Amino acid sequence: MQELLQQVVSGIATGGIFASLALALVLIYNAMGLVNFAQGEMAMLATFVALALIDHGMNYWIAFPVTLVIAFAGGIAIERVVIRPVERAPILTLVIVTLGLATLINGLAGFIFGYVPRAFPSPFPVQTVNILGALASYQDLGVIAVSAVVLLAIYLLLQHTTVGLTMRAAAHHPEASRLLGVRVSWMLALGWGLASAVGSVSGIMVAPILLLQPNMMQTIIIYAFAAAVLGGIESPIGAVVGGVIVGVTVNLAGVYLPFVGGDLQLAVALAIIVGVLVLKPNGLFGRPSVRRV
Amino acid sequence: MTLLDVRELSVRFGGVVALDRVSFTVDAGEVVALIGPNGAGKTTLFNVVTRVYRPTSGSVLLDGEPVSRMPPHHVVRHGLARTFQNVALFRSMSVLENVIVGDHTRTKSGWLQSTIPLPGTVREEARARTRAMEMIHFVGLDDVAARPVAGLPFGTQKRVELARALVSKPRLLLLDEPAGGISHEEVDATARLLRRIHDELGTSVLLVEHHMAFVMGISDRVVVLDFGRKIAEGSPGEVQRNPAVIEAYLGAA
Repeated sequence: MQELLQQVVSGIATGGIFASLALALVLIYNAMGLVNFAQGEMAMLATFVALALIDHGMNYWIAFPVTLVIAFAGGIAIERVVIRPVERAPILTLVIVTLGLATLINGLAGFIFGYVPRAFPSPFPVQTVNILGALASYQDLGVIAVSAVVLLAIYLLLQHTTVGLTMRAAAHHPEASRLLGVRVSWMLALGWGLASAVGSVSGIMVAPILLLQPNMMQTIIIYAFAAAVLGGIESPIGAVVGGVIVGVTVNLAGVYLPFVGGDLQLAVALAIIVGVLVLKPNGLFGRPSVRRV
Repeated sequence: MTLLDVRELSVRFGGVVALDRVSFTVDAGEVVALIGPNGAGKTTLFNVVTRVYRPTSGSVLLDGEPVSRMPPHHVVRHGLARTFQNVALFRSMSVLENVIVGDHTRTKSGWLQSTIPLPGTVREEARARTRAMEMIHFVGLDDVAARPVAGLPFGTQKRVELARALVSKPRLLLLDEPAGGISHEEVDATARLLRRIHDELGTSVLLVEHHMAFVMGISDRVVVLDFGRKIAEGSPGEVQRNPAVIEAYLGAA
């Protein structure tokens, strides 16, 4: 029981990491109906930026928000430079563009920073704390806390600010929004900036565990897809709930199913993706898509 | 004073001529109806005025300024708002939120300020809320203000869209079939509401509508389109007696 509880806490922490990246995917999906395959690589690049800042002597808790701001600006820049010229292209074109972007960023990071895995500092102590008889690491609790704060901030931004309202309006009905004076194209860029910032949180949180190298996010993005699909790809809350469920499930499966172990955890995520798409294509929080014909 | 000036407007989609050198004006304080059989080009004309389509030739002047030179999101600042035939609301949002989006050009703070709860931002958002609630009250939807739009009846959604258009304080309101797809009682209520919009808010109206009793009851002037051409213009009485109009609607004897 005690061990189960421990594994659940650690699963929630992993889930928080997945949730941040899944939320980034959902933000862009909502804004333009596109799955951004470059989301993981954007997060990886941001993590390298964070490491560079810390290596230059910046305090972790200053480097963290500074990195988010840089990632935000970078996301906007990518939207303006790479996405905007093909904004009205068929969705398949956009998907290919994001795949190309992923390859480009990956290669760029390898070129600049090399492929040798680097240690990334964690701000949380290595000790454990006893909660209700279970031992939880400060690392896990810290990741949970950081993820929760970031996700809550995004929720408040989208639901309770004017800019969040207009972003949702632009995503929902671009034509009508434009006539109401919303700068739809700019809202799209903001969406990319926001997604880039949220996604980079997952990179920074996972780097101390996985070690930082250009391919670091390539498995994490699969888990994030699983989380987003499970939550219903259009639902921000779904992404968070999906992230936590995937995190806990994968963690428990790795510990309690001997044939899964550490090697087949990714297969569990893929099984979740396939299972959801077959059994409940709209996910837990998604709405069935209805089209007026 | 001329508010909307449509000059020699033509729109072609490939070989199809949707509008053929149509000219007419809407003066300040007027209610003008655009009628005509299906496919006459009425909605196309709306879409050109609101910058959804570009005209092949001709121009649309709003308050003397060519619409084609305004970025689409600036049209509303020049005093133009519209509703859509099939209602284009933000379905997952509440009635109030929908109307607040309509108010959005009147709030001055930029996107960055709006994320930081400074006293100024908070005051401004409170004002936006108040204006939105006033408009919701004006169209008579106080009871459903907090409800998500998706579950509301079509007639109610049309009123939400009206409130969302009105909250920007437009001088010219474009209505695409305000009486389409709603019940008899709702048609009467909409006619009364339009009269109040005209009388109390001083808004000029250009509307597309098939419901003839509705059109004849509230319009100062009627413009008749058929196959993309203007075939008649005049008071409701004149238009109803016009032989070309009768022929377009009923076919030649």
